[in-house]
Amino acid sequence: MADKVLMKGNEVIGEAAVLAGCRYYFGYPITPQSEIPAYLSRRLPEVEGVFLQAESEVAAINMVYGAASAGARVMTSSSSPGVSLKQEGLSYIAGAELPCVVVNVVRGGPGLGNISPAQSDYWQATRGGGHGDYRTLVLAPNSVQEIADMTIAAFELADRFRNPVLLLVDGILGQMMEPVQLPAPLSYDLNQKPWALGNPNRKGGRNLCSTIFLDVEQLEEHNWHLYQKYQVVTDEFAKGAYQHLAVETHAVDDAEIILVGYGIISRILKTVVEKARKRGIKAGLVRPKTLWPFPSQVLADLAARTKQFLVVEMSCGQMVEDVKLAVNGRKPVFFFGRTGGTVPSDFEILNEVDKLVRPD
Amino acid sequence: MSAEVERIILAGFGGQGILFLGKILAEAGMRNGKHVSWIPSYGPEMRGGTANCTVIISEHPIASPLVTVPDTVIAMNRPSVAKFNVRIKAGGMLMYNSSLIERQEFRDDIRLVEIPASEIADELGNARVANLVMAGAYAKFSKLIDYEGMVKALPQLIPASKKELAEINLAAFERGYQYVKEKKYMFGRYVYSVFKGI
Amino acid sequence: MTMEQVFARPKCMTKTPFHYCPGCDHGVVHRLIGESLDELELGDKTIGVAPVGCSVFAFDYFTFDFNQAAHGRAPAVATGIKRVRPDHIVFTYQGDGDLAAIGTAEIIHAANRGEKITVIFINNAIYGMTGGQMAPTTLVGMKTATSPYGRDAQLCGNPIKMAEMLATLEAPVYVTRVSVNTPANLMKAKKALKNAFRLQKEGKGFTFVEVVCICPTNWGKTPNDAHKWLAEKMLPVFPLGTYKDVLGVDKG
Repeated sequence: MADKVLMKGNEVIGEAAVLAGCRYYFGYPITPQSEIPAYLSRRLPEVEGVFLQAESEVAAINMVYGAASAGARVMTSSSSPGVSLKQEGLSYIAGAELPCVVVNVVRGGPGLGNISPAQSDYWQATRGGGHGDYRTLVLAPNSVQEIADMTIAAFELADRFRNPVLLLVDGILGQMMEPVQLPAPLSYDLNQKPWALGNPNRKGGRNLCSTIFLDVEQLEEHNWHLYQKYQVVTDEFAKGAYQHLAVETHAVDDAEIILVGYGIISRILKTVVEKARKRGIKAGLVRPKTLWPFPSQVLADLAARTKQFLVVEMSCGQMVEDVKLAVNGRKPVFFFGRTGGTVPSDFEILNEVDKLVRPD
Repeated sequence: MSAEVERIILAGFGGQGILFLGKILAEAGMRNGKHVSWIPSYGPEMRGGTANCTVIISEHPIASPLVTVPDTVIAMNRPSVAKFNVRIKAGGMLMYNSSLIERQEFRDDIRLVEIPASEIADELGNARVANLVMAGAYAKFSKLIDYEGMVKALPQLIPASKKELAEINLAAFERGYQYVKEKKYMFGRYVYSVFKGI
Repeated sequence: MTMEQVFARPKCMTKTPFHYCPGCDHGVVHRLIGESLDELELGDKTIGVAPVGCSVFAFDYFTFDFNQAAHGRAPAVATGIKRVRPDHIVFTYQGDGDLAAIGTAEIIHAANRGEKITVIFINNAIYGMTGGQMAPTTLVGMKTATSPYGRDAQLCGNPIKMAEMLATLEAPVYVTRVSVNTPANLMKAKKALKNAFRLQKEGKGFTFVEVVCICPTNWGKTPNDAHKWLAEKMLPVFPLGTYKDVLGVDKG
């Protein structure tokens, strides 16, 4: 095992992609993710890969579409306004069932917003963002080590399910440094996907990458096929091979109030749980590690045991809707958020917990 | 200083090497087997001429890497003192660059440590290594940084483009450490009682 | 007396009948592509990129691999494919709405980077698939579904000349404009396509073949009248000729 190194989250995304066998990156500069293209512009040529700065995020995601159709492990990254521009390509990539990894280092919106950390792209990430009946897997790491592990998992999931996988990282995680243990590199063969364009190892006939189905019956069949795939994904995260990627719980067994948060917020919530318990408040934490598929069953099970939920986000409240759907009215679900690039402090969240637990 | 966790905010002008200073402390903690985190201020703040970062060094896994109430503030210029002084934990430490920050009426519930970092750096021949003077000074106070280990590791941490500065950086780090050792700043109350008499 | 076959379907083309309107030039250009690739023996080493527009189903007519791109993005998609499969011939086939309106950024930057791809640009001065709307190449005064009073240059600008624009860039090695409106022009068009594919095969750089075409259906003309109109009205605005030929391939 290699020694731990102190690295920035954004740079770890770049290095982990290389370790995962990604040799193609297409992107466009935008803060706070610009360290990713900067890192890969230096790193990819060292491994005979291709780094290309595109003319726009639209072009970048379409280069990804092309490279993925030709069988490559390929990635693009951006930050919120740029990810909006990529939605067209994501819809095509999902429709054509191509694997790729897309990184969003989320900043404040709507519009140009600001470059401070935010979680206000949850809906865009988990609801599809682009047009049509499709889903994107969404991984939400909360440490630099997990950024490394989840970047690699993202490539494997993308290939396994032939679907885009989104790594949702906020500005703090992208910018922060923590020690990270980088895993051993994976080998990847450009010709291991028999469906890829230009691949000599095919099953016969020609390979076509297309999303047009003018015949309504064909398109309906295609959409139900995608839906069934998404059901398999959901099952594998709920009770199959990817359970370990789905959710983390902390101190929930006796919890009277369960805090729910993802990404950097979950780290703050862990501190809040510790402080609350020192005050005699039985608090616990549920952290969705994967935002789609959402770990609904874990929350549903806990709803039977706890008294209430408090969802904390750096937004005006987006994931809280998924928590409410999971809890389904069995227990009250409250929300506390800061938005516009503000990060809530452990003190203000603890104050909210206090108010809920001791209403008088 | 708590023996289990050190939460530090470092601040100064852009160009004073604040982020690198933070990185040096985080590296020092990591190489001593501790858990560490480093978060910079980024974006427009970078362009406004001030820079700050947050470093945590801990015996235990770090839950929140964000710091509202630091144990220590390392201030390299006057605006940084104004901005972060009030946030220091009672009983915490304000370590400041006394070459650029004059003595003034500070809080009396914190330990004050003045380091003439810019002057020491000038004596060494490069004003830009004031950050390493501060790193050395902090290492003397820290319970979680291994000074000897850092002296060995430091040359590896200087970017390849600045290798010619490795020696002077190390000298600055050592001078900062020695400065605190000679001044016996470990007896912090001595320092701020002096200020109270001003 | 022995029989000799003098005309056959190119090997790299399928038996699927064209879905294009009677008189449409798409089928002619498709065939020229097929013949060119056959003659260069590249039919099994080619990947096409279809656009959005009437030729969205171009992949139905060729036997080799195809990608169907989003509107205007074919040069970006082709960039991704060519970077992964540099040993393949990669070409895009795009109309004027696709290439000269919504995909302007993609075509200019693919050309400017000198991507080693071939772009075949069908310019018929109108949007076909969506029902005859004004294109960036629509002539001034020309009536379309969205310029019912004729294109007003004050309001909508003038027809955009892609070959001329792209020829100003450093990287492209071959930029030409051809037509298939007469047998002589058709032969020149085929030569241009072969030049472009050959240059790509030799790794020389970006190649661009604009084909000035008719759209009888949306122009509201018979194919014959459409060809007359093309010669009289379109060619003065879009003069045929080679605008950039770094390696002098036109001269042989």
